[in-house]
Amino acid sequence: MTDTPLLELRNVSKSFGSVQALTDVDLEVRAGEVMALVGDNGAGKSTLIKCVAGIHPMDDGEMFFDGQRVHISSPKDAAKLGIEVVYQDLALCDNLDVVQNMYLGREARNGFQILREPPMEAKTRETLKTLRVTTIRSIRQPVATLSGGQRQSVAVARAVLWNSRLVILDEPTAALGVAQTEQVLALVNRLAEQGLGVVLISHNLHDIFETATRIAVLRLGRNAGLFERAKVTQEKIVHAITAGQPTKVSGIAATTDGAPV
Amino acid sequence: MTAAAPTPGTQIETVPLDPLPQRIRDNVRTGNLGSWPVIVALLLVVLVFSQTAQNFWSPANFTNIITQMAGTCLIAYGVVFVLLIGEIDLSVAFVSGVAGVVVAELQLPTGANLPWFVCIFLAILAATLIGVFQGSIVALVGVPSFVVTLAGYEIWQGAILKGLTQGVVTIQSGKINGFSNYFFSTDWSWLLAAGVSVLYVGGMLGSAFAGTRHGIAVRDPIVLALKVVVVPIVAFVVVGVLNKDRGVPFGLLLMVGSLVIWTFVAKRTTFGRHVYAVGGNAEAARRAGINVARIRILVFAIAGGMSGLGGIVLAARLQSVDLNAGGGTLLIDAIAAGVIGGTSLFGGRGEIRNALIGAALISTVSNGMFILGYDTGVIFMITGLILLVAVTFDTVVRRLQVRSGR
Repeated sequence: MTDTPLLELRNVSKSFGSVQALTDVDLEVRAGEVMALVGDNGAGKSTLIKCVAGIHPMDDGEMFFDGQRVHISSPKDAAKLGIEVVYQDLALCDNLDVVQNMYLGREARNGFQILREPPMEAKTRETLKTLRVTTIRSIRQPVATLSGGQRQSVAVARAVLWNSRLVILDEPTAALGVAQTEQVLALVNRLAEQGLGVVLISHNLHDIFETATRIAVLRLGRNAGLFERAKVTQEKIVHAITAGQPTKVSGIAATTDGAPV
Repeated sequence: MTAAAPTPGTQIETVPLDPLPQRIRDNVRTGNLGSWPVIVALLLVVLVFSQTAQNFWSPANFTNIITQMAGTCLIAYGVVFVLLIGEIDLSVAFVSGVAGVVVAELQLPTGANLPWFVCIFLAILAATLIGVFQGSIVALVGVPSFVVTLAGYEIWQGAILKGLTQGVVTIQSGKINGFSNYFFSTDWSWLLAAGVSVLYVGGMLGSAFAGTRHGIAVRDPIVLALKVVVVPIVAFVVVGVLNKDRGVPFGLLLMVGSLVIWTFVAKRTTFGRHVYAVGGNAEAARRAGINVARIRILVFAIAGGMSGLGGIVLAARLQSVDLNAGGGTLLIDAIAAGVIGGTSLFGGRGEIRNALIGAALISTVSNGMFILGYDTGVIFMITGLILLVAVTFDTVVRRLQVRSGR
């Protein structure tokens, strides 16, 4: 782990009309760690992620990537930096096969916009192999024939294929059974092992305690604690989610009510 | 499907391809039956009519069926594209009529008297621009395509009535009439069969070898071998039969040429891939950075342009354009051709060739029944029933797919 965080957000605020969705939120993610982002419904997790992904530009606040101040105003900007988001409702096309989904929107092509299938197929196979996604029988089968876990694996692998540096997973296990959840969590750990920064949004504390390095809690659009997984209990996290006090007040340097990091 | 993890890294490497029976089972399960049900139906229809209808089984009638279906088929290619993105275009028939009127008016020796190729170019351009216009309203404003093109149905019908003040315009340019009435000489016909065969076999083997260079084994070598043998045989048999009559009609060349071009566009280009993606999951396509609006507009432009080409062929067949241009059952036939051929109304599933197969079925049925002396009412009812069966089939298959999919 380096000293400079891969991603650093400072004092991010965002409102939708009169609704203040985020107030002065900080977040940092280091390369090689899984940062869990937790909070109740409406705590602002998804909004924060959408700010990072360029879907909603933030109203206020700063974002640093690799120590450099960056502005992200569209999903393309985020992709250029190497930020990939795996959405909750899997952005896959059921009618396309695994290779086609992995390269969707970024197909290998020649100057005449003609697809170059063989390199795409070879690279897909290689990527799935490095991530040890081994249960997919054929990468030329339509995604509709895959199980939920396999589909999620494809969505994650797609994020990795593009040499991304930060992968954001929004509730990746929400719709999965036990075995498939394990499969996806193992994959999340492998991403971090390969040196990527990972942000994991989840409601499931079991998942979080199995994978996260650190845990950031949001409550009512504000930071409500930052914990190291190894030094915290589930009860403490639950308390922070449901009754945590804001850890800082309008821009004044943060104090922590949990274990300081 | 279980998620039991086998030894890491082995399975994908050693079993990259599914055995054929497995693939067929998967395809049935996911509703990827493609055109097979229709091909079987077509063969059955041909078998029944050849036993019952006099002169059905003759080179002259075969030529007839092909010239009859050409216009519908060309329009249906565009319809398939529209269906692939999960939209509908109800204006195609009257847009084709508009193209017919444009061609007829522009070639008039007493009027504009433009050279034939300029007339054709302008007619197709007009139809394409109509497609762009309607597609833009669908894609940029978000009005449902059903309503936009229903309005187009009315508007372009009105335009035809307004544009043909004299009621009928006879097309005097032989070149334009040739779009339906020109027949290639025997030698040229054989050459066309050879050309199609070479193109097909070359394309299939070429992509297979491109794969092997990247270490990807040939998928289903048996199927590949079958295709490479069967398609040239079909090409030569068709040309052989046609040569017993007047040779290959120009309409067939247009149908096959368009099939080749649009299949290539749909399957081998980024645009085609994005068309399927938008039809499969437009939101996923958008998040993947695809300009969904652009794809939609282009697809409606293709539908317009192909309607224009089809309209020219239809006008050439009658060697004139009248107030019925684009009317009658043309719209239903063109959409039915795409749907019957196996293109899903729900988007994302289907092939360009479905239009050809569907149009062949519709034309063969109406041709055979006409010979048997059934009146138009019965023919309509049967065509309608075939459409109903095809759509019901699509819906049931889709439900099965949703149930089994995850």
